[in-house]
Amino acid sequence: MFKVKYFEYIRTSAVIVIALAIAFLIISLVSDQPVKTIGIFLLEPLNSKGHIGNVIEMAIPLMFTGLAVSLLFRANMFNLGAEGIFYFSGVVTSVLAIHLTLDGWLHPIVAIAAGSIVGALLSAIPGILKAKWNANELVTSLMFNNILFGVGLYLLNYHLRDAKAFANVSYKFEKTALLSKMVPGTRIHTGLIIVIVLIIAAHLFLYKTKWGYELRMTGINRNFARYSGMKTAKVIILVHLIAGFIAGMGGSVEVLGMYNRFQWTSLPGYGLDGALVAMLAKNNPLSVIGAALFLAYIRIGADMMARLSDVPSEMISIIQAIIILLISAEQFLKFWKNRMLLKEAKEA
Amino acid sequence: MNSLFDVIFTTDFAFSVLRVTTPILFAALGALISNRAGIINIGMEGIMLVAALAGVIVSSYTHSAWVGLLGAVMSGTLISGILAFFTLKFKTHIILGGVAINMFASGGTVFILYLLSGDKGSSTSLASKVLPSVEIPLLKDIPVLGPILSGHHILTYVSIIAVFVVYYLLNRTPLGLRIRSVGENPHAAQSVGVSVVKIQYMALLLSGFFAGLGGAYMSMGYLSLFTRDMIAGRGWIAIAAESMGRSTTVGTALTSLLFGTADALSNALQVLKIPAELIATLPYVATVIGLVIYAVSETRKKNKKLKSPLVK
Repeated sequence: MFKVKYFEYIRTSAVIVIALAIAFLIISLVSDQPVKTIGIFLLEPLNSKGHIGNVIEMAIPLMFTGLAVSLLFRANMFNLGAEGIFYFSGVVTSVLAIHLTLDGWLHPIVAIAAGSIVGALLSAIPGILKAKWNANELVTSLMFNNILFGVGLYLLNYHLRDAKAFANVSYKFEKTALLSKMVPGTRIHTGLIIVIVLIIAAHLFLYKTKWGYELRMTGINRNFARYSGMKTAKVIILVHLIAGFIAGMGGSVEVLGMYNRFQWTSLPGYGLDGALVAMLAKNNPLSVIGAALFLAYIRIGADMMARLSDVPSEMISIIQAIIILLISAEQFLKFWKNRMLLKEAKEA
Repeated sequence: MNSLFDVIFTTDFAFSVLRVTTPILFAALGALISNRAGIINIGMEGIMLVAALAGVIVSSYTHSAWVGLLGAVMSGTLISGILAFFTLKFKTHIILGGVAINMFASGGTVFILYLLSGDKGSSTSLASKVLPSVEIPLLKDIPVLGPILSGHHILTYVSIIAVFVVYYLLNRTPLGLRIRSVGENPHAAQSVGVSVVKIQYMALLLSGFFAGLGGAYMSMGYLSLFTRDMIAGRGWIAIAAESMGRSTTVGTALTSLLFGTADALSNALQVLKIPAELIATLPYVATVIGLVIYAVSETRKKNKKLKSPLVK
């Protein structure tokens, strides 16, 4: 017997099933060996320790940006700036990882802190513009993505670039700056611990503190929150600061955890994926973990599929679009919910 | 500084302003129509991208640029129709729906491009057609004006005509009246028998139609092939232009021209010794500044209204 309170879980599962069914349909249309290709897509990510490691490695940046976007969405802020901040904070951290010499664990801490603070400050700009003058945060944040990318790429090309390397990459980071690996045979790094701690902290913040309450109320109805005496402008700026801090930390951790030099010559895309993670997680910090793992799993599956079969990995973006459209569709399966409500009312 | 003026005060530069304004103007007009009906179509970027690819594919298979244009416009309208179906029927959040369309387009176009051409970067292997440029008789012989206004791509002229068409549509036709009434007060419109959902469908389809024209221009005029992510933020700039143009047709056209100028400037300044990466950010910086100026003036206006004793 299903209960109405489980409805959201059922709905999310139904969306995932539909999306996967469409994925299979697309694969069978374009692949010469559809069954084998679907097998690769679904099973290959779990096939070996290394592959499971790949899924977890990819989930780490998705958790960071997913958490950041969750908080923004929770405050009803449609800000997609995590993308540019993730990138730019990565550049800032790279500068410190290359040019600073510090002993042991202090080096990554300083470099990550710098990236996070820069991220928070950059994120505050669209926040202030929104809070004070009601400037559309979606458009400003997307413009900021392009601006931050341009400035970051300039820094890479003109100030960090290693002329001896053949590709467009920075000088190598100092060894002391790198995050250590946790599981032998994989590249899972200590960033995983950092992000899990952040997620728990965000959960406590959101549900156990006054500020978190104000944030949630502002998100539900800004006017109502203001009339009940909350300083909503302050709340909006605060949530932008926190989200920027988290997204910036994500970029910094990713750079120091996965690479030994800076090498992104285009926006890495984790910020926009963060929006998808946030939606799958229903903007709940703890659920971000599962949502990020799921997204990383189908991503790695798509990558393996592109490598081992004739289906390109970009197929996954079609699946992601379907997930977003259906997850945010209020009316999807609503008739079912209504029937359940009716039944429960009758039983009571 | 001299060389900067050498670049800007030329007929070539004025010509290029019109050239780069075209896609922004098309999309901004599309955004204008849907905004007037009370719906923010955030999917502009994605719709343009899909249309740009569709134009290339259809024209290369039918060997006709015009059929390609038709394919581009129809695909733009179709994608917008899908967005409309989800937002109006399933009540998907309009902004998230738009995000989904953009995400679908950025990967989906590469997916389809790869299946058809085996290349993930560009459509060089598809023999796509390009729509013609037009010399305007008489006008082309006038000094200064001739080189600026004549010889443009046909869609550039269509975009200028479209400004008048959209103005007429919104302000002089029954459909335009309904679109505006739905946008201003859906309940009032409903109470006098206007089907809000139907009008919003129409407005979204029209906005997809115009975004489709903008996309077709990108791959069959501005460039003669499709490359991945070739819209490069123009859809977003168009949305900003519409917002800054205060949702009026004339304002939208003028701000589109402003952003086109910023875009052309960023192209023209490439010849100077300023890093290209920084110059490329110029249109986006202009957009943010424009948006802020608009938002500040709107807030001032609203505050003034609140303080005025007449409005109570």
